[in-house]
Order: sequence, then structure tokens, then C-alpha cells
Amino acid sequence: MTLKEIIERFDLTVHSGEDNLEREVTGCYISDMLSDVMSNSRRGQLWITLQVHQNVVAVASLRELTGIVVIGGRTPLEETVAKARDEGIPVLTSPLTAFDLSGRLYEAGLRGRS
Amino acid sequence: MDEHTYRERFTIEGRNLQAAGEVSSKIRDLLKDIGLPHDIVRRAAIVSYEAEMNCVMYADRGVFRFVVTPHVVVLALEDEGPGIPDVDVAMQEGYSTAPDEYREMGFGAGMGLPNMKKNSDEFSITSVVGHGTKVESIIRISAEEDDRDDTQRDH
Repeated sequence: MTLKEIIERFDLTVHSGEDNLEREVTGCYISDMLSDVMSNSRRGQLWITLQVHQNVVAVASLRELTGIVVIGGRTPLEETVAKARDEGIPVLTSPLTAFDLSGRLYEAGLRGRS
Repeated sequence: MDEHTYRERFTIEGRNLQAAGEVSSKIRDLLKDIGLPHDIVRRAAIVSYEAEMNCVMYADRGVFRFVVTPHVVVLALEDEGPGIPDVDVAMQEGYSTAPDEYREMGFGAGMGLPNMKKNSDEFSITSVVGHGTKVESIIRISAEEDDRDDTQRDH
């Protein structure tokens, strides 16, 4: 499934990275600890988190994740969106909780590692 | 031999979270441009990022030296900062001295140094309290390296 299809299906709001929405999402990873994401996420995954600060952009870029979904109706900080624009990283938001959004993504066929 | 060795030196400003990750990104891009296998690039990116974040969060400044030969990637960061009183304790997974402010941002999981070691073929750390800390990571580039990250991935 491409990121664009996920955005449309789950009604995510796009804040940045509009040019990179056609990428294939290979799975998802949920974590709010940056070292954990650095270590355990996989290239091509969509990262679900409640972190809104700009350091998430470097992690997503370094790990070549397809995007970041900020959950729970939180708003990414302005500098986060600015940095994400510079780096072409899609930052998305959803009003759902991590559990509810993940459940729907899982139902749609997305997986973590297994 | 020398024409096959690439060297770079970066300075890192301590306590500047805004720029955090920039040096790691540059290193990642350089390694990709050189054409190293994805697994090597991934490991080097993790080590660089954790080293850079430690320097940014705890030190006043640091110098990141980066060397690539046909056989190894060397990542060495020497900082000027408070140092680590007990390196063995600091190497334990889950141990962190990060203030609440950093923990709320998702740092300070106590995974940084163990992650650096885990992703290195050789890893060393020396620290002098009141002076600074030096970490060095060596990642070997072997011919057998494949895209482990991707072969593990299951759609």
C-alpha cells in the first residue's frame, strides 16, 4: 500500500513531504523512544508516535521511514514541519490514539515484523 | 592505500537540539554515495546518531572523526563535557542520567551506548570526569555483507 492510499483511507492530515506520498509503506512501527525507533524500525515503515518535536525528522530520515504519523490529535511543532519540508519527510496527523490507528492499519494488512 | 581512504571531520555543538542529527545525516549520505551495502550504512547511521545525540545532550562540544577505508568504517567522537564516572554502569541497557525534559522528548531510554556497541564490530569508550568522553566504533566492511535489514523484512 502506498502512503497516499493510507492517507486517504484513514483520513490522515498531511503537513509536509507532499512529493513523497507515492512511496510503498512496508509496515509500521510504534514508539515514542527515539533510540528504540533508530534501532528497531525498518526501512520503508510508517512510524506512529506522539512526539511532536523536530528531532523525529532526523530519525525518520536516517532510518528511511516512509513517514511519521503524530497521533491523538497532537499538532507537530512548527519547526518540526519546517525541518520535515526541508528533508521531504511526510509528517501526518490523526485524531485517533496509537492503538486505534494501529488496529485499523493492521486490519488493512499492514504488519510490523511478522 | 591513501587514495582509497576517505576522511572527514565534523564539529558538534553541545546542547543544540535544533541541529541534532545533521552530522549523522551527512555521514549516512556519504556512505550511501560511496556505495556501501545498506546494512553497513544502517549500522553506521545508528552509531553516529547515538554518538551525536549523547554529545548534543550532555557535552559542551565535540569533534566527530569519520574514516572509511576499503575494509572498515571508523566513527570516533571526542567530546568536551562532564564525562562519565562509571563507564560500565553507563553501558548497561536502561541506565540513563537524562533529565526529565529529554526523557519527555523520547531520549534517555538508556539505549544509546548499548546500541552503539551492538552495531559495531569493535567499540571502545573512555571517559575522564570533568574533561570529556571519547567513543570509537569500527564497522567492518566484509564482502559477504548483504542487505540483512531487507531480507529480514516481511511484507
